[in-house]
Amino acid sequence: MGFLNKLKEGLTKTRQGFVEKVSGVLSFNKAIDEELFEELEETLIQADVGINTSLKLVETLRTRVKERKLKDASELKEVMKEEISKILTGDKEKNNLLLEKGKTNVILVVGVNGVGKTTTIGKLAYLLIKEKYKVLLAAGDTFRAAAIDQLVIWGQRVGVEVIRNQEGSDPGAVVFDACKAAVSRREDVLIIDTAGRLHNKTNLMEELRKVARIIRRELPEANVEVLLVLDATTGQNAISQARTFREVVDVTGICLTKLDGTAKGGVIIGIRDELKIPIKLIGIGEGMDDLRDFQADDFVKALFNEEE
Amino acid sequence: MAVFSSLAEKLQETFKKLKNKGKLTEKDVTEAMREIRVALLEADVSFKVVKDFIAKVKERAVGQEVLESLTPGQHVVKIVHEELTALMGSSQSKIIISPKPPTVVMLVGLQGAGKTTSGGKLAHYLKKQGRQPLLVAGDVYRPAAVKQLQVLGEQLGIPVFSLGTELSPVEIAKKSMEQAAAKGNDFVIIDTAGRLHINEELMEELKNIKTAVKPHEILLVVDAMTGQDAVNVAESFNNELGIDGVILTKLDGDTRGGAALSVKAVTGRPIKFVGMGEKLDALEPFYPDRMASRILGMGDVLTLIEKAQANFDAKKAKEMEEKMRKAEFTFEDFLDQLQQFKKMGSFQDLISMIPGIGSNKKLKDLQVDEKEFIKIEAMIQSMTPQERRHPEIINGSRKQRIASGSGTKVQDLNKLIKQFTETKKLLKQFSGSAMMKKGKKGKLPFKFPFM
Repeated sequence: MGFLNKLKEGLTKTRQGFVEKVSGVLSFNKAIDEELFEELEETLIQADVGINTSLKLVETLRTRVKERKLKDASELKEVMKEEISKILTGDKEKNNLLLEKGKTNVILVVGVNGVGKTTTIGKLAYLLIKEKYKVLLAAGDTFRAAAIDQLVIWGQRVGVEVIRNQEGSDPGAVVFDACKAAVSRREDVLIIDTAGRLHNKTNLMEELRKVARIIRRELPEANVEVLLVLDATTGQNAISQARTFREVVDVTGICLTKLDGTAKGGVIIGIRDELKIPIKLIGIGEGMDDLRDFQADDFVKALFNEEE
Repeated sequence: MAVFSSLAEKLQETFKKLKNKGKLTEKDVTEAMREIRVALLEADVSFKVVKDFIAKVKERAVGQEVLESLTPGQHVVKIVHEELTALMGSSQSKIIISPKPPTVVMLVGLQGAGKTTSGGKLAHYLKKQGRQPLLVAGDVYRPAAVKQLQVLGEQLGIPVFSLGTELSPVEIAKKSMEQAAAKGNDFVIIDTAGRLHINEELMEELKNIKTAVKPHEILLVVDAMTGQDAVNVAESFNNELGIDGVILTKLDGDTRGGAALSVKAVTGRPIKFVGMGEKLDALEPFYPDRMASRILGMGDVLTLIEKAQANFDAKKAKEMEEKMRKAEFTFEDFLDQLQQFKKMGSFQDLISMIPGIGSNKKLKDLQVDEKEFIKIEAMIQSMTPQERRHPEIINGSRKQRIASGSGTKVQDLNKLIKQFTETKKLLKQFSGSAMMKKGKKGKLPFKFPFM
């Protein structure tokens, strides 16, 4: 299956829940009027785009209609696509994972409970190995029962080693060991798992701050990517999560998981728009290779069901 | 959510324009409803649910007499709150216990919703009630899910039935029933693999488990942070499987939890428990009215007033005011106040309810360690009545005694005494001033040493 087709399949639900509704609103030879804009706004909100971004998008559409003197609703679809693409692309240069061969690269994976951090790490390791990186994993989730085992199983599946300590031990110590090991073994990429933490738990966020500090101290030269994992089925709280995590550790990218499971992939637009943090990876299925680099153009194409 | 100014503020803005008393006009209500709508959507309540809800409230509100003591805006909010609570289920619902044990509970839900953890918590909850639960590891797909449940079981001292990951979950569930019968467990809690609600194959498997063990309760575990999709999730699990109730997890986060309302509205099934933390005892019964306030995300003035009236003995308050005015405030009074205050609920909740403070970021983020309360209480309780009334007699050896009696350090005690003296001084300065007469907006009528 082609890349775009797989992406399309993963986005089927979102397409049905979002784009087809938009098309429904926009295609019936309707005149462009206030009612139409209101309908559009509703559709956006229902897709978890979020109130602010929805209002903004609709406002932009209004302006475009005036500028381009559009008459028929169906013409708006193209405009909508453009605008969504614009939001999602943002600053192009920052849209890829911070990885450099010949240097130590660290990917610190953070997020609230149950978004799929450990699974993402497994898949990410698989992705990077295919690209010929030497990868090491660190089991920094020492809190949740069997989280270490879960990561170790992933390590075995994709064939990478996992630095670990006992459950309940200090995650800082594991990270310290892992940093040392990454250097001495000349690994290209060190991916660090962390315990899920709700962003309003101050003590846990402090622990995370400490982990980030250890990385910076032990590997001052390294590229550090802090990847915030968000669950695509999360609603507006995703924005609150991103904001708080960013205050504590310098979040450089977002990985949006479980996109295939939601009809509301619109959250991706809201997140990008409100936070200006680039989305770097998306999870669109349960398979090993269903973690993808995020390409705004492809995403919009797949969303609007265009041919390859 | 910090970005959006709170509903209370917005409403205040809206209602500045509406000063008329008497009946609520259609215009009043429409204005208010616009804000309520935004608030509900921001809280992730499903769009459809919001629409129906607003229509219903509107119908009820127009033409109502505004209560003497409230502004039109507050009155609308009161109606909205009542309706929300009603919609959420007006009373608590408990888990159904089968007359013929074991009672079988099956946990289902999306990946990462918190099924395994909730299973552990539920088992712990039941054990505390004298039941003998058996946990069944039915998630054979996620790596280490079985191990996770085993670890939880070990921590809680609750048996876990597992057959590894080779057998089908249906087989495992069946066999677990035999074990429960043999060992005399009166509750069986079956953990299942997380799945996307669109995955027909896995949904089929759940149905087979259902047919095989005939659970008395199928509980859908829902992440409180779920967005607009909550409706679809709840609907498809309910249609495919038929659920009996809901466990709402991760409510200790800062989400407003609109998903609760959506799920209740589309399935009609009650929310039975909420997950309030990472610890295994953090499973609590669900309180519809609290949830209503939370979804509205407002500094709930009404609730504060109600709470204060219910818990704060008016006569005592009067006496206290007298004493404060005369600066005769003693540790005894202080302890009294502390206990009354505690009855009103968590400190953080209270702060968020005070108008003008709820939206103050600095204060909202103020971390009040509730353990401090306990410490202070212990220290005061370790004082003799004499010492409480005349703190100035507390000398070195008395301090030693109080500290060791309350399990604290002399330093803690010193801090308390110092702050207490300062507060007293402050009270003297303020006595008779505006602040004491009528708790000025945004300020607590009294000050705790650690604030």
